[in-house]
Amino acid sequence: MSVYVDIEKRLGSFFLKVRLEAENETMALLGASGCGKSMTLKCIAGIEKPDRGCIVVDGVTLFDSENHIDLPPQERRVGLMFQNYALFPNMTVLQNIRAGASREKNRTVREAKVRQVMDRFELAELAGHYPAQLSGGQQQRVALARILVSDPRLLLLDEPFSALDSHLRFRLEQDVRKVLRSFEGTTLLVSHDRDEVFRMADSVVVMNHGSVDVCGRKKEVFAHPKTKAAAILTGCKNISPLKPCGDNTAIALDWGIKLTTAEPIGHATHLGIRMHDICHGAGENSVSCRVVEELENPFSYTVMLCPKEADCKVPIGWELDKETWHTLRAEELLIHLPPQAIVLLEDK
Amino acid sequence: MDWFPLINSLRIAAISTFIIFFAGIFAAYYIAKAPRVIKGILDVVLTLPLVLPPTVVGYLLLRVLGPKRLIGAWFLSVFELKLTMTWWSAVFATVVVIFPLMYRTARGAFESFDETLAYSAQTLGLSNTYIFWRIRMPYCKQGILAGTVLAFARALGEYGATSMIAGYTPGRTATISTTVYQLWRTNDDVRAFQWVMVNLAISFVVLLAVNLLEKRHAAK
Repeated sequence: MSVYVDIEKRLGSFFLKVRLEAENETMALLGASGCGKSMTLKCIAGIEKPDRGCIVVDGVTLFDSENHIDLPPQERRVGLMFQNYALFPNMTVLQNIRAGASREKNRTVREAKVRQVMDRFELAELAGHYPAQLSGGQQQRVALARILVSDPRLLLLDEPFSALDSHLRFRLEQDVRKVLRSFEGTTLLVSHDRDEVFRMADSVVVMNHGSVDVCGRKKEVFAHPKTKAAAILTGCKNISPLKPCGDNTAIALDWGIKLTTAEPIGHATHLGIRMHDICHGAGENSVSCRVVEELENPFSYTVMLCPKEADCKVPIGWELDKETWHTLRAEELLIHLPPQAIVLLEDK
Repeated sequence: MDWFPLINSLRIAAISTFIIFFAGIFAAYYIAKAPRVIKGILDVVLTLPLVLPPTVVGYLLLRVLGPKRLIGAWFLSVFELKLTMTWWSAVFATVVVIFPLMYRTARGAFESFDETLAYSAQTLGLSNTYIFWRIRMPYCKQGILAGTVLAFARALGEYGATSMIAGYTPGRTATISTTVYQLWRTNDDVRAFQWVMVNLAISFVVLLAVNLLEKRHAAK
């Protein structure tokens, strides 16, 4: 079970150039809106045609521009779930599932499959309902059931939770995770929510302006984002351009301070540190700061700090739990930025 | 009372509506998918009869279908068939005049179609024919139905082009609208009024039907 995609497509001034390989796993495509994530899925599903390249799933070539292979979507067996679930509004839940099973030509087998998937997704009670009568969560369940009954080799989920209320998302995410665990092929998940990606995926591809910025195992990508776009998308809020002044030292230009890093600066153009990786008190890279602003979150504080006696253009955000901030609260503070917590980034 | 004009009007309207139902949907479906420039040009050409005076449409039709003109002369020599001044000649006029109504409403309906439905149907393995008849058409049903009924109503009321191409021969080519004009011209006010009432009644029923259809759709 594997997926190999290497495609190029020009759309006006936008150029999509994606290369990715996935095993039998859940791979997330993480990127800002308009970076080409959804277009990539559409190309794999056969709805859009790439200008050049090839797409191979489980050893079957779906698209190959050099050998003029371009299977129609009907023959690709790639299940694509749209953001809005795309349930057929004129059909009941049962009819929608039956439509999904249409590849199976044997009537008895088809009906058995439909019944099985209806049971598995607990849809028996909703069988006669129309999509407009269902809640967002129920619609998603029907959409997933309809795709799985079509027996796909590859599952593509385009922002599966974006149409749902936030309180529903968490619960439904668990359901989808369960389904993905039992699915025997590869799943590509498009998302711009880093938490969702971290919980659901095994590996992550960060996309930026139509091309792949970083890809790797999710923990690796989150710990060492490597590029500015990847750092932003994985939730690193403090990012500053840097000016190198040694193998392991650089000036963070936005904050006006000199910092020592654990890794050599190399070709890095930016450095970053996550808001909760900043420590209180003395230590390596310690800075005396002025509190510019304190923002209260439901379960934490974000304190905006500007280094004293420095040319500080952008304050540094520090996130800490409420109790700690209540004991520390002051106009001025000493913090330190541990060198191993500083990530070095390139701006591609 | 001689009911011929009513029957003639109804059959002309029914045949024309039947023809433009398919022609309008076909044109709307393919033009909605066409490249922008072609779409713009075809759109103007096909909508033109909606804004042209019916007499201009009638004139243009006579220019091609008349017994001494290109198509008319050919039919006359090959099939010995005169295309003008028969009851079904009015179908040519009506079809041209009501085509834009069907085409535009159908196109509006197709353009409001959520294309992701067709995409996901394709990825589920459903054929394009199935998608058109079982997903796209039901989705656009209301717009297409409204267009059909409106086109039928307009066909019943067609006067200008019809009178030019089919003329007014009582018992042969007379329609409600040409009869009303003829009766009024000959000062037969009583019978003219009767036909006006007949026409009003039919139009009332048709528009009532449209409204009821829309209500039922909204309730569902």
